[in-house]
Amino acid sequence: MSQELDTAPASDTDQAKAPRIVVAPSPHLSEGSFTTRRMMLDVLVALSPPVAVSIWVFGWYAVVQLGICVISCLVAEAAFIAWRGRAFTLGDGSAAVTGVILALSLPWSTPWYVGFIASFVAIGIGKVVFGGLGQNLFNPAMVGRAFVMICFPAALGAAAYVLPGSPLSIVTQATPLTALKQGLVESSDVLSLLIGNTNGSLGETSAIACLLGGLYLCLRRTASWEIPAGTILSVAVISGAGYLISGSSFLHPLHHILGGALLFGAFFIATDPVSSPLTVKGKWFFGLGLGAIVMLLRLASGYPEGLMFAVLLMNAVTPLINRFTIPDPVGGPVPQRN
Amino acid sequence: MSASPLSTTGPGTFPRGIHPPEAKELSASGKIEVLPTPKEVKIALLQHTGAPCEAIHKPRTEVEAGAMVGSSEAFVSAPVHSPIAGKTAKTCSVTLPNGRHVPAVPIKATGEQLEGDALFEEIFGGEWPTSGLERYSADEIRTATREAGIVGLGGAAFPTHVKFAVNPEKPIDTLLINGCECEPYLNADNRLMIEAPMPMISGTMLAARAIGAEQMVIAIEDNKPEAIAAARKAAEGSPVRIQPVKTKYPMGGEKQLIPAALGRIVPTGGLPLDVGVVVMNVGTATAVARAILRGKPLTHRVVSVSGRGIVSPKNILAPVGATYQELIDLADGLTPDAARVIAGGPMMGFALGELDTPITKGTSGIVVLTEAEVRERNETNCVRCGHCVDVCPLHLVPTRIALASRARNWDLAKRYHMMACMECGCCSYACPAGIPLVQLIRTGKASAPRA
Ligand code: SF4
Ligand code: SF4
Repeated sequence: MSQELDTAPASDTDQAKAPRIVVAPSPHLSEGSFTTRRMMLDVLVALSPPVAVSIWVFGWYAVVQLGICVISCLVAEAAFIAWRGRAFTLGDGSAAVTGVILALSLPWSTPWYVGFIASFVAIGIGKVVFGGLGQNLFNPAMVGRAFVMICFPAALGAAAYVLPGSPLSIVTQATPLTALKQGLVESSDVLSLLIGNTNGSLGETSAIACLLGGLYLCLRRTASWEIPAGTILSVAVISGAGYLISGSSFLHPLHHILGGALLFGAFFIATDPVSSPLTVKGKWFFGLGLGAIVMLLRLASGYPEGLMFAVLLMNAVTPLINRFTIPDPVGGPVPQRN
Repeated sequence: MSASPLSTTGPGTFPRGIHPPEAKELSASGKIEVLPTPKEVKIALLQHTGAPCEAIHKPRTEVEAGAMVGSSEAFVSAPVHSPIAGKTAKTCSVTLPNGRHVPAVPIKATGEQLEGDALFEEIFGGEWPTSGLERYSADEIRTATREAGIVGLGGAAFPTHVKFAVNPEKPIDTLLINGCECEPYLNADNRLMIEAPMPMISGTMLAARAIGAEQMVIAIEDNKPEAIAAARKAAEGSPVRIQPVKTKYPMGGEKQLIPAALGRIVPTGGLPLDVGVVVMNVGTATAVARAILRGKPLTHRVVSVSGRGIVSPKNILAPVGATYQELIDLADGLTPDAARVIAGGPMMGFALGELDTPITKGTSGIVVLTEAEVRERNETNCVRCGHCVDVCPLHLVPTRIALASRARNWDLAKRYHMMACMECGCCSYACPAGIPLVQLIRTGKASAPRA
């Protein structure tokens, strides 16, 4: 598109320094600092509080899990690029983001090969088969997570979280949501849900860490605040209404918002731009719908947690949401000309 | 935004849009300098939107400064005049920055010329009344405006007398003068308002008479406090209202400025007159005053020559038909790392390949960017981040329109309201994947079948 030509400098004294004038279409400026790569780096920065808490709570287990998943995702991305001969950008950092999110969504006891397989599935089926970053319908990390959840139910079920008599005392308790489901509410008070010294998947235990990283993402405009806001709002309303009506302590809204993967998922997984809607209205739909499905799964399914499947479900309806939330231009639709 | 069709003030801003680095400081304090009379000017016979002019004189005719040298019978057209005393030559062809090849009348300067301060005084000096303008009838103002060859000086160059033509079915109640100059780098309107606010006020009142508008508003972005102060002072005792608006791109777009300044929304596919408004640029208002009160045609304009690729950024009063090169020379030339010369502003202006091209009535600025500023970005996949959606001032979904246009899927493009796009470029500016969104949309608008 651009064509070049040499123009003599006005001074005409120094031909060697003649500026090279290049023609190109407008606009001639771009918000240069804002690139896909920077968005991914933002996500990694935002993930650091949950990563730190996971290492504090689960120690070595967390370090190993993060290492396995991040390295496997990078290797998988490189391998698929080589195989398909396409220049997907390894440099954009998205594979590393997938790796960290995947690791943080697994229990501490996950065997190494499960993390490895999940990573390959995340990158391969979650992303590459769709045509690379930006083309994928589902959040890659959740695709990998769901795959191993189905293939290795034993390694990832509620039992995977708990090891009675372990030297790591955290993992001798049930996860807060399982405890909640079994009616053992007092087993995790709200304070430990906030700080994170409870059992659970690696990255989800601390509400404060998730909020910290999530708010950073929203402030940087890398994540859209409407999605977590919608999710939290709908979980609060549904569990709150249930709590008021039934009085069952199982439905205490604080436990549903702060416990389990809700905040981690709302801020870090649901906000994945590729697999969430484009418009403000669409983002609200997505967030509200996500919260509603999470509550439905938590209350009506056999699983204590429903975030992962809820995200995948909402991913699947995102194209539909996009279609039904096409905004009207300012001034109304384009008039039909005959 | 709630907007009644007859609201008279707006919130001073519009939703979305972008804040590119303003870079106004490069030339904001540069007093307008007068370009020395060039040896030759080339008067393009099509400088406006509409029908081209025909050359009036045979080659080698002596013409005075201000003589009409091209005109057309068509209604949507504007005559062109010689800015200098000189002798015409055979019609030649010039390539304007938008890529159009148009015929032009070359005029060689001969004899005495008005130069420097004397020229500035002749154009902007003297008394500019704000009372007693009743003696000019609407018809007189329209005719004189046409005779003077006045077109929109903000860039679009639409013939002003056409805007003055009243449509009895669509009465105009407000004249909105656009002093936003929202493109980065440019200061031509800014300096004009600071150094010559009086003719702008007179011109505003005259134009309002022509269209029968009761309300007169001059909207100025709040990054131009000096211009706001000067305009306020000049407007004292007159019915003209000075309204500061927020600095934001593209505030100078009619569909943004009318809601921001007046609280009315122009329907898609419609014109400001659909909501009772006519919008004019400050330079245009000034030219109207000169045409009516002094009987002089539009022959000179203020051009901002700025950017980091220019050695000494300046604001220059130049005759229409001088070359880009001559203006750049007065600003001490290009820097060694200059990489792109733009006619107009960096958001919507055209990149120039040839500097030996004449400026036209619509040339609001010459912006030269450096290599570092225009470095090409690698295009990567759309990550559907929605940033283009977040900045589109018309609330479109640029990514969808652009990708549909690339795939030539016109149905989809239409469903996403492609034709509503005003090509402001906000979406391309904001896209982290470096996708040339507005370029794709522009191509789509041009190639989609009309239905
Ligand atoms: S800003 Fe660019 S990457 Fe983001 S949605 Fe729009 S086109 Fe896609
Ligand atoms: S160029 Fe068109 S689509 Fe892009 S921001 Fe401007 S109006 Fe919206």
